[in-house]
Amino acid sequence: MIRFQSVTKRYPDNAEALSSVSFRLGEGAMAFLTGHSGAGKSTLLKLIALIERPTQGEIEIDGLNLAGIRGRHIAHFRRRLGIVFQNHGLLMDRTVFDNVALPLVIAGFRHQDIAKRVHAALDMVGLLRHEKKLPVTLSAGEQQRVGIARAVVNKPTVLLADEPTGNLDPELSREVMHLFEQFNQVGVTILVATHDIDLIRSLDHPALRLDHGKLSLDTELGSAAE
Amino acid sequence: MTPRGARPAPDRQPRSEAVSVQARNHTIGLGNRLSAWLLGHLHTIVFSLGRLARAPLATLMTAGVIAISLALPAGLYVLLDNLRTVSGQWEQAAQVSLFLRQDLRLEQAQAFADEIRSLPEVDAVTLIPADQALEEFRRTSGFGDALNALNENPLPTVLSIQPRVGVGAARIKLLVETLGSRDAVELAQLDMEWLERLFAMMDIVLHAIAIIAVLLGLGVLLAVGNTIRLDIENRRDEIVVSKLIGATNAFIRRPFLYGGIWYGLLGGLVAWIVVSIGMGVIDDPVQQLTHLYQSGYQLRGLGFGGGMSLLLLGGALGWCGAWLAVGRHLRAIEPT
Ligand SMILES: Nc1ncnc2c1ncn2[C@@H]1O[C@H](COP(=O)(O)OP(=O)(O)OP(=O)(O)O)[C@@H](O)[C@H]1O
Ligand SMILES: [Mg+2]
Repeated sequence: MIRFQSVTKRYPDNAEALSSVSFRLGEGAMAFLTGHSGAGKSTLLKLIALIERPTQGEIEIDGLNLAGIRGRHIAHFRRRLGIVFQNHGLLMDRTVFDNVALPLVIAGFRHQDIAKRVHAALDMVGLLRHEKKLPVTLSAGEQQRVGIARAVVNKPTVLLADEPTGNLDPELSREVMHLFEQFNQVGVTILVATHDIDLIRSLDHPALRLDHGKLSLDTELGSAAE
Repeated sequence: MTPRGARPAPDRQPRSEAVSVQARNHTIGLGNRLSAWLLGHLHTIVFSLGRLARAPLATLMTAGVIAISLALPAGLYVLLDNLRTVSGQWEQAAQVSLFLRQDLRLEQAQAFADEIRSLPEVDAVTLIPADQALEEFRRTSGFGDALNALNENPLPTVLSIQPRVGVGAARIKLLVETLGSRDAVELAQLDMEWLERLFAMMDIVLHAIAIIAVLLGLGVLLAVGNTIRLDIENRRDEIVVSKLIGATNAFIRRPFLYGGIWYGLLGGLVAWIVVSIGMGVIDDPVQQLTHLYQSGYQLRGLGFGGGMSLLLLGGALGWCGAWLAVGRHLRAIEPT
């Protein structure tokens, strides 16, 4: 569950990136986050991932007030999230397997469990046969899917994606979105930032629309699980 | 593309799964958690060594700087230690000569010699009467005629005192002072002053070595710190990504700290080898030198204990250097 309550974010040197944004995304729901370039999409996701802090307002994730999460608790909180980056954020000197395993290594899983989960995640994105390759030897779409496998391998309750299809052609973009829908069907709350309007239209999920830091309307988005 | 995600299998319910994972984490015993923790560290230790091995040239350069910094003071110290052992043997060759007053009669001199003989510091006393000294001098010096021209024997009676083996320089010195203040004694002389000067010099050298060692140790800290700093800079992306997916600072620190330890251990090992080779090289000339003095002294190397100390010292310095760099530079890297 993601809840924003009158959240304003002002960068030190800048006008407001987000102005009094309020919305609620129910547990197990999936929504898009759209808006022009500079509208504040990335900023909103960064606030959830505790990369940035709000200037005003309150953010609640899975019933946790983010203002109270500080210091080393930040790391533990982030393990609940799955984050997919636009530029995939893979480590180029590690194999696909090692990249996907990283969240589990960080969380201190045992070796056998790690192998099992990584294989399951790679199987889900259809890349099991590439596990021993280095990311550079994969296509852009495949790299993006490795990034998605890494984001979901630790079974997050919330999955954030910042323009995950930015570098992909329409066909691959649709594949990636279908992957997200599949995770959503098993109960993961998903928020995808994108300005690919065509893609949003072709899928049946609500969209939060940002315009110069303001949400078009205060939105209550239902839970897809209901 | 049909990954198997659409399957509504119950074990794919993330929330119940999350709960069961948590429950499992709570029920695994302390022993299991300890071994998982140990395995994690072991993995990091091997992993950080692997990283070093992948850049062998850079690794060897850093290890080389550490090795030189450790080998120099260690080698000097070993040399000094040998010199001290050798001169310690000389100390036992020290002699005290008492030149007695001219007007002392032989019986008095003999009684005095007996008294000295009974002192605990003294091993043996040889009495050389003035007549005998003169006779000997006449025979060996070739000044016989000149001496005949003298009315009186100009030489005093001499007591030559051999201190007991193991009596320290300080006590011998005290002995010389006490005996020198006696009425019967004209002059008390310790044939050891040059040795004392040597000891004093060795003391100065020892202090100098200590200062050099401290400075070079600081150098090691800076060298390791700088290497680790570059390491951190090169892995900025990896650090950012790791932080974003929930790595604690401790987790990110760990491979760098172990990296520092590896650099230090490697440097210590090379230093050990360098010092051993150096001792091997100078062993021959030392053998020749001591042969001249008929002493057959066996040069003492670092030994196993000394070598292990070098390793440990290197490892500790490497860890400290890494810690300094990590503390300063990791905090500065945050995802944006
Ligand atoms: N670190 C920062 N410091 C100062 N200003 C920033 C910072 N990050 C973002 N901004 C500003 O905040 C506003 C929102 O930026 P944000 O990155 O959230 O936009 P976005 O919707 O993700 O855009 P895009 O679609 O181009 O990625 C922009 O005006 C941007 O210039
Ligand atoms: Mg953006």
